[in-house]
Amino acid sequence: MSALIEAEGVGKAFGGLQALTDCSLSVAEGSVSGLIGPNGSGKTTLFNLMTGYERASRGEIRLGGESITRATPERVFALGVGRTFQITRLFFRLTVLENMLVATQRHEGWLRSVLRVAGSAAERVRALELLEFVGLSGLAARPAGELSYGQRKLLELATLLVADPAVLLLDEPTAGVNPTLINQLTERIRELNRAGKTFLVVEHNMEFVMGLCHQVTVLHQGRTLLTGTPEQVRADPAVLDAYLGGADDDDL
Amino acid sequence: MRLRPPARALLVATAVAILGVFPLIFSSPTSTSIAVFTLIFMVAACAWNMFAGSSGYIALGHAVYFGCGAYTLTLLANHLGFAAGWGVFALVPVAGIVAGLIAVPTGLIALRARRHTFVVITIAFMFIFQLAAFNLGFTGGSSGLQPPTPLWSVDTYNLNFYYVTAVVLLATFVLTWLVRRSRFGLQLLSIRDDEERARGLGVRVARVKLSAFVLSAIPVGMVGGIYAYFLGQIFPQFAFDPLFDLSIALMAFIGGLGTLVGPLLGALVLESLQQYFTVQYGSSQAYLIIYGALFLVVVLLLPRGVIPSLEELISRARAEPPEQGPEEPGRTADTIEAVR
Repeated sequence: MSALIEAEGVGKAFGGLQALTDCSLSVAEGSVSGLIGPNGSGKTTLFNLMTGYERASRGEIRLGGESITRATPERVFALGVGRTFQITRLFFRLTVLENMLVATQRHEGWLRSVLRVAGSAAERVRALELLEFVGLSGLAARPAGELSYGQRKLLELATLLVADPAVLLLDEPTAGVNPTLINQLTERIRELNRAGKTFLVVEHNMEFVMGLCHQVTVLHQGRTLLTGTPEQVRADPAVLDAYLGGADDDDL
Repeated sequence: MRLRPPARALLVATAVAILGVFPLIFSSPTSTSIAVFTLIFMVAACAWNMFAGSSGYIALGHAVYFGCGAYTLTLLANHLGFAAGWGVFALVPVAGIVAGLIAVPTGLIALRARRHTFVVITIAFMFIFQLAAFNLGFTGGSSGLQPPTPLWSVDTYNLNFYYVTAVVLLATFVLTWLVRRSRFGLQLLSIRDDEERARGLGVRVARVKLSAFVLSAIPVGMVGGIYAYFLGQIFPQFAFDPLFDLSIALMAFIGGLGTLVGPLLGALVLESLQQYFTVQYGSSQAYLIIYGALFLVVVLLLPRGVIPSLEELISRARAEPPEQGPEEPGRTADTIEAVR
């Protein structure tokens, strides 16, 4: 399996704070990969670098072998990488269906985008199918702000699927979600993965990560500690150290 | 409030009919003059709202485009030797285009900033342009400029301006309606709710914001030109007027920011009131007190503006009879109280 999206020797400093020092990660095409690490280890920063929200101070991000280190978020999405956010972000004053339609832009000219009605019949049908897929089709006409926390997570995932991205980066998809919805989410991810989608998931929920991921990368203090199968990671003493606090960790 | 299409069509037809016959019924020069000013502000508020109401970027510098339209029409009419009369109205679209062109660099700079910074930059642009109009040679400085004055009779003078402005208003309304239902409009709304997330879904936010900004400047420039021609003179402090910016924003807020007809309603009420007071009590700017009071009332009683609050009222009234609507947390709380 070849790497679909990868980070190589990536570093990022915010002023004097070195959020990432040396981070390498490779997500094989068709896999579900996990990214774990203690709070503040740089997981979200790495996501931001990979999706164009932040510029890496050094190193390179590649998608299918092409560098996307300097691409904007719009561009990264157009190239087929969708992401969700740690704190769910939706268009809260738009309806659930409208949220879905935002991502349906094709590469049409500006004038057409002004003159055409948002969401052709085919796009609406597709959007409703995807809402059905995540179990939200009954709520299509409701404002997104009325959804429960778990439903928001599902909708956020569904809005990405509209554009049919090759890779989905999910930032803590199970945080604050009840167990029933977590199971539903796991099932959806498995199903999408079987259909060929590649996932990179940041998670604190170890049960979720270990049950779902083919490969797990551990970040610690801005560095990749190791990459391996869930079993390898679970057995590694360095990982336990990082999580439980070793000699001179996290004591600021 | 989603009106059914036939009801909506009927409403629009009625509004257009009223727009058409108003000056024939209320034909005194006073009322037609008030009507022309009101239409000018309806266009400006409607166009401003298309950008600011949809994107959430509260621009307070659209007087720049109003003033540029006013000066463009006046300068071109004078220098190209336009005879006073209908011919000068041909310059109205030109005024709009020039305003749109000026909106490109100013918009590019202002839209690099978000929210509050954006507002401050737009205000700064307005004062820069006012200062330039005071000090540049070709603007006539503080003594202003006079466009040619058409020799129409008192009655037809106002009528001609009325109908030209009415056409611009219809065009502006159609434009905002097109934008509202389009993919482009949806992208603007997504920027209002969460710009970062919109980028993450592939919305090219810089392009969408700038083009909406420019689109909204064009009608404002056109009515700026009409305004100069109608008054027969133009001065820097009236062409680039901070009160203009506040007025159109207030009109949109009062009517309902981001709604289609809200800004029209706001402009209709505020501008006609202001003109009426000016006629009655002289230009003492006493209307500013009324503005303030009205704004307070709206903020306190209808915080989202008249149209959205009305919609809510109606949908609540409709939801009342059958059973408790799920969208009313207040009612369920009441029910729980009752059960206890």
